[in-house]
Amino acid sequence: MQSTSVLRESLVTGGKTIHDVSQDISRQVEGSPTRLWWMAMSISISLLLYGGYCCWVMLWNGIGEWGLNKTVGWAWDITNFVWWVGIGHAGTLISAILLLFRQRWRMSINRAAEAMTIFAVICAASFPAFHMGRLWLGFYWVFPLPNTFGSLWVNFNSPLLWDVFAISTYFSVSLIFWYIGLIPDFAVIRDRAVKMGHKTRAQIYNALSFGWDGAARTWLRYESVALILAGLSTPLVLSVHTIVSMDFATSIVPGWHTTIFPPYFVAGAIFSGFAMVLTLLLVTRKVFKLEDYITIYHIELMNIIIIITGSIVGVAYISEFFIAWYGRVPFEQYAFINRATGPYWWAYWSMMTCNVISPQLFWFKKLRTNLVATFVISIIVNIGMWFERFVIIVTSIHRDYLPSSWTMFHPTMYDIGQYLFTFGIFFTAFFLFAKFFPVINMAEVKSILKVCSEKKSAP
Amino acid sequence: MNKSENFLIGIFDDEHVLVHAVEKIRQSGVKIKEVYSPFPVHGLDEALGYKRSRLPIAAFLFGLTGTTLGLFTQIWMLGIDWPMVIGGKNFFSIPPFIPVTFEFTVLLSAFGMVGTFFIVSNLKPYRYPRSYDLRSTDDKHVMAIELDDNKIDKSEIAKILKENGATEVNEKSF
Repeated sequence: MQSTSVLRESLVTGGKTIHDVSQDISRQVEGSPTRLWWMAMSISISLLLYGGYCCWVMLWNGIGEWGLNKTVGWAWDITNFVWWVGIGHAGTLISAILLLFRQRWRMSINRAAEAMTIFAVICAASFPAFHMGRLWLGFYWVFPLPNTFGSLWVNFNSPLLWDVFAISTYFSVSLIFWYIGLIPDFAVIRDRAVKMGHKTRAQIYNALSFGWDGAARTWLRYESVALILAGLSTPLVLSVHTIVSMDFATSIVPGWHTTIFPPYFVAGAIFSGFAMVLTLLLVTRKVFKLEDYITIYHIELMNIIIIITGSIVGVAYISEFFIAWYGRVPFEQYAFINRATGPYWWAYWSMMTCNVISPQLFWFKKLRTNLVATFVISIIVNIGMWFERFVIIVTSIHRDYLPSSWTMFHPTMYDIGQYLFTFGIFFTAFFLFAKFFPVINMAEVKSILKVCSEKKSAP
Repeated sequence: MNKSENFLIGIFDDEHVLVHAVEKIRQSGVKIKEVYSPFPVHGLDEALGYKRSRLPIAAFLFGLTGTTLGLFTQIWMLGIDWPMVIGGKNFFSIPPFIPVTFEFTVLLSAFGMVGTFFIVSNLKPYRYPRSYDLRSTDDKHVMAIELDDNKIDKSEIAKILKENGATEVNEKSF
């Protein structure tokens, strides 16, 4: 008999049995791709091709193809980099921090969120990699290898180098965290394939599952691995955006040289990450008919996190202005007045509207439990977060200390093309994931089914 | 040819019934080879008499290696092997080396622990596990009892299994 808590809303609705969970989640892995999937896939592959062409031209001719100039040396590339890294924060936050806090609602969303994290970090890493110009030499420049001219080492004093280590560690640790979670679920698909007589599929998924058999002894170790990985990932996820923010905060550029950057960036990252998780999951749950697993309650909880982090970001924007005024440094004061009223006023006010005002709508329960409103606001938040990075980067440097070199930044088709390229990578990878991997962690959902699911009917 | 191994397989539907059954069955003197579950069952490890995993110790030791390696790599490279004046800063000072040291710690700890987990649990892509019952990854808990290990008679074990809530008792040989 299933029991339902009266205090909490159920996390799995529709009176699912354990077998239904395997059935519902494995279904899309086992079926052949739908026409919708092919359509989505061809759109993302065409983005990839067009963006790939732009990247090729840029590698061939150099990064002069970008719209950068002498004054604005960082623009779309770093904006996009920070934006994607920020998006890549939700997955590990959901799986690690919520695991440590024993939040069971993470279980139906962590798999897709972690996948999104990994793909977003790949997209992010491509920008600094391309910005090095000669991509193929990048390995010697960023990793501590003695270069061919002598044993000159990388500069460990530089936040840009910390970034290399932070991003690559974050990527690899998130990848194994995600994969460890996938192992028991691959075994489910393998055993179903054996039952259905699909030999090749059984072999592929057996290899993917590392020959998992679900022995109690292995589960015991598995649980301890998951807990320690969560413990390690929690400071890791906070360190990554902290270090990204130090790329700016340790410089002396007005508008960047700010001590609140680390917490402000981390909050912004979680904010945009959750927005992207919502955008993707709202579509996934609809297409794969997973409404019983990703319920309105899950969406409401994610929206609450969006209000909290959105408000932290809002407070950070206001504090920056206050400190600029209170600090009495004319350069800092000018940088902020220029942000709000200078030639980039439209970027600043788009950021304020999208990031500070729009999430406040979620105070209304009607809106935060409404799918269309959530979808629209999740996209608005991501647009706002892109503008935030653009505002911080471009408005701070387009008017530097020498008024004769004041200028504007205009993106070229190669700036735009490379941004589209990363969308191509992201969506192609996500659609492949959604087709061939189980999008919900079956083992975890099964383990909470008894206490957290809705009763079918009175027995 | 090896002698075939004979097993009695008890199938359980409910994890709570399973945990109690494991305790009772072990009390009655039957040796359980292993229990296979679709999801982690809390309390099952204690019921089976398994000790806590020592993987956290492995994680700690790998982490410690990472800390040491990260810190000393940086001190040696920038402080000893090729000191360079960068912005007039000290050749080596600990604070700027902390972020990379931290990342090294996490990286080695995570990979070391997961690698250890794969090795001790014998998980590898070319491993073909023996399946006592295909439903053990779907919705059933499968208890395997090796008959040659137990002095108690087969029918007696089957009876004990049934009494403790097994919904099915099957026999399987490999």
